[in-house]
Amino acid sequence: MEYASPRSLDEAIGLLSQAGVDARPMAGGTDLLVQLRTGARRPELLVDLKQIPGLCGIDCGSQGFRIGAAVSGAEIGECLPLREAWPGVVEAAELIGSTQIQGRASLGGNLCNASPAADSVPALIAAGAVCTLIGPAGRREVPVDDIVRGPGETALGEAEIIVDFRLPRPQDGTGDAYQRMIPRTEMDIAIVGAGVSVRVAESGECLACRVALGAVAARPIRVDEAAAALMGRRPDSEALEELAARASAAADPIDDKRGTRAYRTRVAGVLARRAAEEALRRAGDRWAARSQSS
Amino acid sequence: MSEKSTEGRPLKWVGTRPVRPDGVEKVTGRARYGADFARPDMLWGHVLRSPHAHARIRRIDVRRALELDGVKAIVTGDDLPEIASEQAFVGEEPTDYRMLSQNVLARGKVGYVGHAVAAVAATTSAVAEEALRLIEVDYEILPHVLDVLSATADDAPLVHDDLCDRKGVKKNPSNIANEIEMGHGDPEAAFTNADVVVDRSFTTQAVHQGYIEPHACLAEAGPDGQVTIWCSSQGQFMVRGYTAKLLGLDLAQVRVVPAEIGGGFGGKTTVYLEPLAVALSQRSGRPVKMVMSREEVFRATGPASATRIRVKIGATKEGQFLAGEAWLDYEAGAFPGSSVAAGSMTIFAPYAFEHARSHGRDILVNKPKSAAYRAPGAPMAAFAVESVVDDLARQLEIDPIDLRLQNAAREGVQSSFGPRYKRIGFVETLQAAQEHPHYDAPLQPNQGRGVAAGMWFNAGLQSSAAVMVNADGSVSVISGNPDIGGSRASLAMMAAEEFGIEYEKVGVRIGDTASVGYNDVTGGSRVTLATGKMVVEASQEVISQLCERAAKVWDVDVKRVHWADGKAKVLDDEAIEPLGLAEIATGAARTGGPIQAIASGSVRGVGMSFGVHLCDVEVDPETGKVDVIRYTAFQDAGRAIHPSYVEGQIQGGAAQGIGWALNEEYVFDDSGRLENSGFLDYRMPVASDLPMIDAVIIEVPNPDHPYGVRGVGEAPIVPPIPAVVNALRAATGVCFSDLPVSPPRVLEALDAVS
Ligand SMILES: Cc1cc2nc3c(=O)[nH]c(=O)nc-3n(C[C@H](O)[C@H](O)[C@H](O)COP(=O)(O)OP(=O)(O)OC[C@H]3O[C@@H](n4cnc5c(N)ncnc54)[C@H](O)[C@@H]3O)c2cc1C
Repeated sequence: MEYASPRSLDEAIGLLSQAGVDARPMAGGTDLLVQLRTGARRPELLVDLKQIPGLCGIDCGSQGFRIGAAVSGAEIGECLPLREAWPGVVEAAELIGSTQIQGRASLGGNLCNASPAADSVPALIAAGAVCTLIGPAGRREVPVDDIVRGPGETALGEAEIIVDFRLPRPQDGTGDAYQRMIPRTEMDIAIVGAGVSVRVAESGECLACRVALGAVAARPIRVDEAAAALMGRRPDSEALEELAARASAAADPIDDKRGTRAYRTRVAGVLARRAAEEALRRAGDRWAARSQSS
Repeated sequence: MSEKSTEGRPLKWVGTRPVRPDGVEKVTGRARYGADFARPDMLWGHVLRSPHAHARIRRIDVRRALELDGVKAIVTGDDLPEIASEQAFVGEEPTDYRMLSQNVLARGKVGYVGHAVAAVAATTSAVAEEALRLIEVDYEILPHVLDVLSATADDAPLVHDDLCDRKGVKKNPSNIANEIEMGHGDPEAAFTNADVVVDRSFTTQAVHQGYIEPHACLAEAGPDGQVTIWCSSQGQFMVRGYTAKLLGLDLAQVRVVPAEIGGGFGGKTTVYLEPLAVALSQRSGRPVKMVMSREEVFRATGPASATRIRVKIGATKEGQFLAGEAWLDYEAGAFPGSSVAAGSMTIFAPYAFEHARSHGRDILVNKPKSAAYRAPGAPMAAFAVESVVDDLARQLEIDPIDLRLQNAAREGVQSSFGPRYKRIGFVETLQAAQEHPHYDAPLQPNQGRGVAAGMWFNAGLQSSAAVMVNADGSVSVISGNPDIGGSRASLAMMAAEEFGIEYEKVGVRIGDTASVGYNDVTGGSRVTLATGKMVVEASQEVISQLCERAAKVWDVDVKRVHWADGKAKVLDDEAIEPLGLAEIATGAARTGGPIQAIASGSVRGVGMSFGVHLCDVEVDPETGKVDVIRYTAFQDAGRAIHPSYVEGQIQGGAAQGIGWALNEEYVFDDSGRLENSGFLDYRMPVASDLPMIDAVIIEVPNPDHPYGVRGVGEAPIVPPIPAVVNALRAATGVCFSDLPVSPPRVLEALDAVS
């Protein structure tokens, strides 16, 4: 097996397209190295993405945020403007693994590993994140929603990689949150994950809502029916229960060693509701902070 | 230095907390564990394992594998000697050499997924693994059984069709490998006099010890037939005994050098790799190293048994226990020998019963052979009995600790497993728990508090130790027990105490099998107790020699010489300047040569250690997740030689027991393949899952030990399961009888009642 550490996007795409299916890009390696060890994957070439400037660093501009696809969870957690703007995305990224894993695990890897249970993905979908892809055919922008096709399967073309993730500056009254269920506190795989983002008017009326669930289908799913339960209303407990019921109804999970189908279905609703409550609270806090400062 | 005293004797070291002798090596990563040994020209060994739960091996073809460049030797079942059925007394659990040999390498039949079928030695690990893929095994798949119920059904497939009883007589074909019964009185009749009877059944799943260090060894067989093995285990003499027996070698031909051990918890009281590594080395003429992967550890080494236990207790309305009866079915795995006997012995042990009986069955299933796990057999039994005691307390509206105090075993009580108790500290431990602020601290909604008790024996068994005085007056101690829990520190402290010298002046080493007398395994909470006793005896013998040497120097009658504060003194003549260790040792050449003593013995009169645990949980009623939010463990340590290590044992045992209760379980698919053979999905608690475990040491000295020690290592894993489950019941009002109480199971139970 060969290892390459290109310094530019062109070089990386060149290496990947030359080697074809036998090559594998690597960011933190926290999924990939485990797969190499168990023999689940046997690539001939590893292309390390961490030395490519475009995949590193976080930019916080007036338009919004650009998060390099290879940036580690630890770095994301330390970026205060991002944390302030999209706390749900940051808390999801920080849930990945443990302190050791946090030093390496990236959003690009979490998404492209294409696990239905990846923690950052529902939060990114809920926040409306878009990723930039680059490959032999050039550059394109794709919403995170459309990347994962099924377990281990992505919409990426051959030799195509994710360069970065874009998030807008949140509008007034925006709030997001991510909740996951694992039987322990860390080092485990989500039995259910739920990301919610909302935008509420100062009156409390819900103007926008996105709900995404992880680990309850073959891929992370966006559940617009659940989001619709809040839209145009002041979300009271009845609306939130409606959201929970619809989230559960949209779940189509498997029964496995990690959790039963019945359990996952039920808890999908609970977590969607809890994430929505937290997102609403954060949105409310934003309005409160604004009126205080003015 | 704090000065404590036992029976009027001032103590300088016992009860203090010096730094452990192996501490720096371990925290700096220099300590050498099983996989850290290498020899020039060494080969790597790997094991081919069965993909089937139960199958006949029709044929094994190793020709293609042998042709692979770099492959130096292959062994299959045909290459190991056939061994007659014979009970071994080397490890911790009952073992039959014939079955052990078959577990190490399958003969004719495989009994579980992961069962070793062949072993390969090659120049690199990668070549050895490649060779495994080239070995062709022709299996005839047989129907399998995976649990106690199906294994005892009338038409169950037989895991073995040639089982013999302990007298060597062939048994009626069945999967019940062994049945035991013990107790006294007539419980059945006594139940009719009871005002309340609680009768419940419980199940627990197989769980792994979860030691961090996978099994690993390096073996070298010389052309002269001499064999050396470097490995980590709970007993170098156990490894020697088993390996020699399985390969037909003399014990004197085999030397086993103990490595540091990265956890064992009972799981390293048997062998898996060592006989294979030696056989491969004999065939290749080169040293062979073998290291298990984590997956192999899960698939092929012993878990604690899955169990089904029924317990029935009858009591008067005042709360006096009249009778107890228990039926315990433990999965042995694919070979006989579960911990059901110990489960049957401990189940009623904490209480005084006029009528008590337990019936245990050792049941074969197509799973890895079970192995000892910390207080083997007792935690599952405690789960059952302490849940029933909790029920009784509720029904009778008696405080659960009062109910236990009312019935607690104490000195003179006839135990349910035979002997009468000597001085034990159960009552004191219960009282300490009851008086602790934790016991009546307020709780919030969705929280509950559980209490549970448990006991474990201290095995005495055989120990040896050597103590020698060096020319500079320092003292060397050689123990024959791998140090798992800080025993080098406790042994050094006891020796320093005897000699009256500084702790730092005592060096304790773990000897190999050729440098110290025989020792049974590090297990049964016995090392500080039994080997400690040998260190004390050998030290006392050395001290009397020192007095003799001093008497020679002074030319006085030895009767006039005594030892105090690290010096020989003449009793009745203050004018004679005392002689210290260094002075006597420097002059030893002129007074009779080197000064040393060896003590060996079968240690008897062992104590028991009782524990009482308080656990607070908080339940998330919408997800079924249970968090332990406060935990206090009380235990009678007899005397804590090094309190930090006693506390460490208590905390570790509690953490493991909590994991067993909450999330740990082997998950098998229908074909008998373990689905969670790694720490990602075998859910042991991680550090952030648990609160600080507060350990409270109670000291009711063991009258049979020079310092009053009771072995403390195992008792702390006995109470946690019922402590957690009783707390969960208090929080939810729901009775749980099946482990683990994982979120899906808890939520389902909550839904069922609402
Ligand atoms: C102990 C442990 C705990 C874990 N806990 C969690 C957890 O709690 N939650 C969770 O969701 N995950 C968890 N994981 C999984 C893993 O850490 C995450 O999925 C992580 O985000 C992967 O990122 P990485 O940078 O390490 O990816 P890598 O391993 O480098 O890559 C993963 C996959 O993505 C591909 N890839 C990586 N970057 C790109 C890119 N820019 N463009 C195209 N393809 C790319 C790789 O080829 C590979 O197929 C855990 C893993 C371990 C070992």
